[in-house]
Parts: sequence; C-alpha cells; structure tokens
Amino acid sequence: MKLRLRDLTAQFALLPTWAIVVFAYIGTIAWSIRISLSSSRILPSDDFVGLKSYYRLFSTDRWIISVQNVAIFGVIFIIGALVIGFLLAVMLDQRIKGESLFRTIFLYPYAMSFVVTGLAWQWILNPSLGLQQMMHNLGWESFTFDWLARGDRAIYLVAFAGIWQASGLVMAILLAGLRGIDEDLWKAARIDGIPTWRVYLHIVIPLLAGMFATALVLLATAVVKVYDLVVAMTGGGPGVSTEVPAKFVIDYLFNRQNIALATAASTVMFIAVLVVLTPLLYHQYIIGRRRAAA
Amino acid sequence: MTEATDSPGSWAGGTSKSATSAPVDAATAGAADSRAKGGLRGTEPWGPKPTRITPARIGIYAFLVVAALFFLMPFYVMVITSLKPMSEIRLGNLMSLPDAPTVEAWVEAWAHACTGVDCNGIQVGLMNSFKILIPSVILSITLGAVNGYALSFWRPWGANFIFAVLLLGAFIPYQVYLYPLVMMLSYIGLYNSLPGIVAVHTIFGLPIMTLLFRNYYAGLPIDLFKAARIDGGSFWTIFFYLILPMSGPILVVATILQVTGIWNDFLFGLIFAGRESQPMTVLLNNVVNVTTGVREYNVNMAATILTALVPLFVYFISGRWFVRGIASGAVKG
Repeated sequence: MKLRLRDLTAQFALLPTWAIVVFAYIGTIAWSIRISLSSSRILPSDDFVGLKSYYRLFSTDRWIISVQNVAIFGVIFIIGALVIGFLLAVMLDQRIKGESLFRTIFLYPYAMSFVVTGLAWQWILNPSLGLQQMMHNLGWESFTFDWLARGDRAIYLVAFAGIWQASGLVMAILLAGLRGIDEDLWKAARIDGIPTWRVYLHIVIPLLAGMFATALVLLATAVVKVYDLVVAMTGGGPGVSTEVPAKFVIDYLFNRQNIALATAASTVMFIAVLVVLTPLLYHQYIIGRRRAAA
Repeated sequence: MTEATDSPGSWAGGTSKSATSAPVDAATAGAADSRAKGGLRGTEPWGPKPTRITPARIGIYAFLVVAALFFLMPFYVMVITSLKPMSEIRLGNLMSLPDAPTVEAWVEAWAHACTGVDCNGIQVGLMNSFKILIPSVILSITLGAVNGYALSFWRPWGANFIFAVLLLGAFIPYQVYLYPLVMMLSYIGLYNSLPGIVAVHTIFGLPIMTLLFRNYYAGLPIDLFKAARIDGGSFWTIFFYLILPMSGPILVVATILQVTGIWNDFLFGLIFAGRESQPMTVLLNNVVNVTTGVREYNVNMAATILTALVPLFVYFISGRWFVRGIASGAVKG
C-alpha cells in the first residue's frame, strides 16, 4: 500500500516527462519513419510505398555528397580538435605562468555559437577581401588561398573553423584529467629515466582514455548535428559542395517540399547514430551499473 | 609547497611536473645551495626559485603564445572590421587597425540593418532571444531537477525506461523529430509562436538536464533521503526542504549550460519561433547571408559581436563553472 502511494506522487511529478518521452521523442521518431515509407511530397499521405524513398535517397547526388562531406568533416574535425586540445592541455600542465589567462583564451570560442564562428571565418577566409588580399597587399602577390570559393576544398575550411571552436573544449576536459593523475607516477617514471614523451604516449594517454572518450562523444555528437556552421559559413556552397546530411533534411522538409525523402534521410541519420551508440551506452550504463550493484 | 611545484625544468628539459620529488630534482639539478639548506626544512627544497630558462620551456611558451594568437585572431579581426568604414575595408588590409575608427557600423547593426523584410537591426533579435531564453531556462531546469530527483531517489515504475529514452535522445540528431513536431505544434496552435519555441527548447533540454541532476543526486547520500522518509516527508516536502537546498552547485552549472546553449541555438529558432520571435542568431544570419545588395562587412561583424556578447559574458563571469558544465554535459554514468 505504502509502495503504491509513493509511486503515485512520483509518477504524478513525472507526468510532463512521460508526455514528452511518449509524444516528442518516441512518437515523432515513429511518425518520421512512417512518413519515410510513404509517397508524401508537400503534405504527408497515408499510402505505403516501402523503401522507395530510400532508393531515391541513395541515388540523389546531393545526399551522397552530404554523406561524404560529413565524413570528411567528422574525421578532420575530431582528429584536429583532439590533437590540438591534447597539445594545449599538456602544455598548460607544465606549471605555466598565466595559465588561467591561456585557458580562458583557448576556451572562449566554445562559448560562441556555430553561427558566429562560421560568419567570422567566412569573413577572414573570403578570397576577395580576406586573408588572401591581405597577403597580396603585403607584397606576396602569388599567395593564393581561395579554398572557400573552391568546391573541392571548402569543406576543409568548415572543419577548420569547427576545430577553432571546439579545441578548447577538449583542452578543458583533458586538463582536468591530467590534473587527476597521481604525482607518484611522474616520480616513478623519472627514477626509471623514461623520457617525458614516452610517459605521455604510453602511460598518460591510456590513463586518460575515459576523458578522451568523453571528448569524443561530445565531438561526434556535434559532427552528426552540424548544420548552423555550414549554413553560416558557406550556405552549403559553392554549389552543393559543402552540403551535410542535417542540412539536406531541413532543406527538403521546408524548402524543397519532399518530406518523404527528407524523413528517409533523417531516418538514415537516426539509424546510423543508433548503431554506433547502443552498444556504447549499453556497455556504460547497463553493464556498469550491474557491476556497481554487485 | 608552491616553491617546489613551481621549480621549472631541472629534469628532462623542463617538462617535469612532480610536486613532491624534491630530492631527485635537487640532486639532478646539482643545486648544491638548496641541498645544503634543505636539511633545515626536511626534504623541502629551499632558497630562491630556480629561474633557469631552458630551450624546452621557451618552446612551451612560444607554442602557447602562438596558439593564443590563433584563437584570438578572429575576434580581433571582427572587432577592427566593425570599427572600419567600408572604404577602408575595400582596401583589403584584414588585420590592420582602422585609420579612422567609427562606431557607425555598430549603430547600423543595432538599429537599421535588414534582417529579412524588416530593417530594424539586430536589436529586435536581442529582445526575442531574451524572451525565449528566460522561460526556456526556468522550465527546462525545473523539469530536469524534478526528473533527476524522482529518477534517482524514488525510482517509480518506468524510471529506467524514461532514463533510457532520454539518454538516447541526447545524442539523436534533431532532424528526425522535426517534421512531426511541427505538425503536433501546429495542431495545438503553438507552431511559429513564442510558447512553441519555449516548448521545443524545454523538450530538447530535458535529456541533458535530467542526466545532469540525476547524476548529481545519485552522488548525495541515500541515508539522508531515507531519514527524511522515516520522518514522514512526502515527495514534494523532501524535494523543497532537503534536496533543493543542496542543489546549489548543480543549479549554477545547469543555468550556464542552458543559457549558452539556448542563446546559441539556430536550428530551433529558425524552424519553430515564427517571424515575430526569431532569436538573434537567426536574424544575424539573415543580416549577413540572406540580405541582398552590397555586403557591409563592418555591419556584419558588429552584428556578429553583438550576438556573441551574452554567452561571452556568461563565460567570463562563470570561469571554472563553465568548465564543470561542459564536462558534465558529456553525460557520465
């Protein structure tokens, strides 16, 4: 009796959450998948055409380009942010004067939105009045850096702007990890005469595995969701050369009025994330909790 | 202690970092002076701080300074560009200081820049962003706190299910929710409205807020809760008189996360806010990328800085709390 009463108040408090979970999360996903299996164009229709939209999706050039771009962006962005973030954290961990000032400087881009990041770099990197022109004015006439206007290169600059924004995040996370490493480890390594770089490579980095995983999860989430950075910096251009899946979905939902194709694309994104995520989360939460309970 | 920890590069070219390895440090550095006097204070090194500058330390500082310049450069360029008249910008000297600094672009960006159909500047967006921000932050934190409390202490039926859905929901790309959510919100008349965008921010802030509070409450001693139960405390009594007063730190972290996150949002504002209440980020993008005609880079940059001011302000006053926030944003078990 007591148990049921206790359950009731807690359930009552969770009512809004139940509503959100059922409608806004599960309901929307189910509905999206349902639409992707219909022949909907501007408005959703109730027919069922199977995987037709999915076939169309993967024969749409723009989608293929989007997927390729998010892969390029993801690899460069994640590796770049991890490497730069790690280097910054290690350098800051050398008992540096003015450490907090450096830390503040490295992390401030992360406080700003992707829109702001994209617009700032769009201006700096624009070939006509930006970096390239400045170099010409300084006398280096042959300097060319017009990647933002080149379809085959612009995506690298988007990744670069992303690295600028997110490296500080990696630095902050890894620095916290470095501070947690036992001083005795450094003593032991010193007595054994192991060179510092080897200590970092073979001992410190493995010790920071959890921190790297944390940073990786945050960066990977940003990669899948990348939308505003592209919209602000290149608008998907030149042409469609910097399109990404998130933008593909929005464009087809709200501008190109092909919601079956758009929901098919979003379902593919959803499944891709699920496939990567489920084993990870299962491992971390279910197994981890069972072990903690034992 | 500080003397020992600050001792620079006596070993391995300056990358040493041990705070307590004084004997080894002193011996290998051959600091006879400090060793002789060291006896007076046990094994603590003694004497003036070693000031030897090794090449490795110079390298470290050089790296850090170059990195700092790289991170600061875009902001510097934004500021000087915003202070230049267009005639000067057309010369193409990106990094040079303005010859004749003017705040005209700032006035223009604030009050007259075209953000689509209207030309009332970015100020409209500032007000809209605050109107979206305040209720969204309060609602999502309230819900998150109650959720975290219910899920960690009460564990009612379905708690694990809610937790699992929210956990997955934190990572799933928003695109998969968007269209049905637009349909649902227009069905209840909230699409393209202020309450609508607030609802959307609350919905999608829920996973991170719930996880944040749940993890924090999971770290509180359960015996405290049990004692309160034995004393006959009800769900809400315990929440308001016991749990909430202990939630200070996590409320600060949650507020920082939500304020910066919601302010910086672009996607939801674009889709759900409607023309009347578009947030600053959306209007900023309109000023720069949608408006046709001659591009006024100084106005663009002024508008960009204005849009970044609120999160930057939060960042600078919150300091270490900000780092705590992003670390907990990583959703640890």
